[in-house]
Amino acid sequence: MPVIQYREAIRLALAEELTRDQNVVVLGEEVAQFHGAYKVTEGLLEKFGPKRIVDTPISEAGFIGMGIGASMLGIRPVMELMFWSFYSVAFDQILNNAANVRYMSGGQIHCPIVIRGPANGGTNVGATHSHTPENVLANHPGVKVVVPSTPYDAKGLLKSAIRDNDPVFFLENTVLYGDKGEVPSDDYVIPLGKADVKREGKDLTIVTYGRPVIQSLAAANILQQEHNISVEIVDLRSIRPLDMDTVLASVRKTHRVLIVEEQKPFCGVGAQISYMIQNEAFDELDAPIERLCTIDAPAIYSPPVETEQLPNPQRILKAVVEMLD
Amino acid sequence: MSKKTSATDVQSDTATGKSGYAGAPVNSSLSADQKIGLYRLMVRIRRFEERSLRAYQAKKIGGFLHLYIGQEAVAVGCCSLMGANDHVITAYRDHGHAIAVGMELNPLMAELYGKITGCSKGKGGSMHFFDPARNYWGGHGIVGGQVPLGTGLAYGLKYKGLKGACMTFMGDGAVNQGAVHEAYNLAALWDLPVIFVIENNGYSMGTSQARSSAGELAKRAEGYGMAWGTCDGHDLYEVRAVMAKFLERAHNESKPAVVEVRTYRYRGHSVADPDNTYRAKAEIEEYRKTKDPIEVFQNILLGEKVLDAALIEKIDSEARAESDVSADFAEASPFPTTADLQKDVYWEADYPSQRKSEGRLFFN
Repeated sequence: MPVIQYREAIRLALAEELTRDQNVVVLGEEVAQFHGAYKVTEGLLEKFGPKRIVDTPISEAGFIGMGIGASMLGIRPVMELMFWSFYSVAFDQILNNAANVRYMSGGQIHCPIVIRGPANGGTNVGATHSHTPENVLANHPGVKVVVPSTPYDAKGLLKSAIRDNDPVFFLENTVLYGDKGEVPSDDYVIPLGKADVKREGKDLTIVTYGRPVIQSLAAANILQQEHNISVEIVDLRSIRPLDMDTVLASVRKTHRVLIVEEQKPFCGVGAQISYMIQNEAFDELDAPIERLCTIDAPAIYSPPVETEQLPNPQRILKAVVEMLD
Repeated sequence: MSKKTSATDVQSDTATGKSGYAGAPVNSSLSADQKIGLYRLMVRIRRFEERSLRAYQAKKIGGFLHLYIGQEAVAVGCCSLMGANDHVITAYRDHGHAIAVGMELNPLMAELYGKITGCSKGKGGSMHFFDPARNYWGGHGIVGGQVPLGTGLAYGLKYKGLKGACMTFMGDGAVNQGAVHEAYNLAALWDLPVIFVIENNGYSMGTSQARSSAGELAKRAEGYGMAWGTCDGHDLYEVRAVMAKFLERAHNESKPAVVEVRTYRYRGHSVADPDNTYRAKAEIEEYRKTKDPIEVFQNILLGEKVLDAALIEKIDSEARAESDVSADFAEASPFPTTADLQKDVYWEADYPSQRKSEGRLFFN
């Protein structure tokens, strides 16, 4: 099986869907001539031409809103945000128009748009460029929110997202773009809303998504080798829809839960999941649910301190050891 | 090249029933029946809204109610030019456009009453009327927020190779929103067939144009290299003549434009606006006396011997009766139930047999 980068997996998904459906069009800042700020769309302009791969001005409210309008007419735009952090300047378009238009029209209109781009900290770019808005986005009924952690997942989930008839917000990670993994070259899809057990274990469940999946896997290896602790890792992959069945099955198996998220704690994704676990599996819990989040402050620039502000393998390892002490 | 289409060389005296635009091909080609049809549309909008105001005062309607009374010739004039691939989107003062594109009164009134028989099943309300089957894309609540969407509809038309345009309406208050300028830039940059129609009724809520907007509103198009024009909105013939030129250009050359239509609303910003702080009653009366769009067109058609007193009375009484029927229909219709709350949220939830995703979509 070919081993390719996370960014190449996304590019493959785009290329396959562009080939499959003439209504798919890729728009965003620097996606065409520049080959993408993170080289995700490299080569697509040459292959598909300027009608399908479109450079936009730096004008997120304008071009995202334009994509939403086009999607109402049956176009399937895949809009790149250079950083998801820039969603704030298009907030009204994304979360008033895309999220609400189906409802407010009594179901007469649907909006098959994908908005994708990186949403992460860890690259020393300061607070304005380090937002992780999956909780804010998922708070809006009508939208879907996907956060892939591996190249395999990124390709299969993006293909599903592009074929979906609801607005899907696809949150990638600049730190993961260079990660490599096995990705089949065939036309496979991964359904949205299906979690994946990335590691089997018996002592404790880590529920996580995005880059902290990779960090949790690293921590789990050390925990196994040095502490004889067996950790199960549930990668949500999709925040909304949400696969609680897989989460609850793991809780019933290990009876201990740590939720790890690259998010500020207040009203984060983990807060909602903690509530649901205690509500639906209270008697299965042998200990309080713990959360490990980004330390609650705007993203700091200072490189070594940012590493400590975010989840990292050492913080995860320490949290697990403390829970089982 | 930017270009202004001027209306100043045309002599009209609409107060006495003379429109300098009667001879424009788009108007002279109308049959008597078509002219009567346009007049009837304006009367139906007026009577529908007057009836809705009474329902609001009787507490049958909640929320906001932004009345279009005084502006009817704009929506009717523009929408009467629509071909099969022409589309319309507007802001929250959206009743007139809905009726102008052909929506029936019953589902509109039922929507105001919050009933399941409403055009949006009682989920949108006054500001959110939609009928995509008639190329009518709403009905949007946030000032200027619909303008990028209209630009996207035009993008979609061009992408699909369809010869059409999207008339994207906004009020004079919207021109200062950033999203509007971003949309202008995209439309001009990519030659999208969109006509931005500024319905300038003089007031963005309670703030006059002089107190809110620098410069001439439509002229801002020049900064983007777009054509622009202005026209008076009380003369249906003038609206049609001016808009027809820009529509034809959008169809044939895929070029955007900004058209500022000067109009006036008789009622407050919404019915919650007591309308006693920012303009004089005399100003309203003056417009009503000399520029009421229905009376102006009535006088024109009387002069053309298309209308007579009996037909005027018949059209008016039919429109009043139709509005009353719509209120009765709305009153008799059921409200949505709490079971309807989570319908029409996700396409996938509404078509479960075609659902491809898994997991929970809702969280209670």
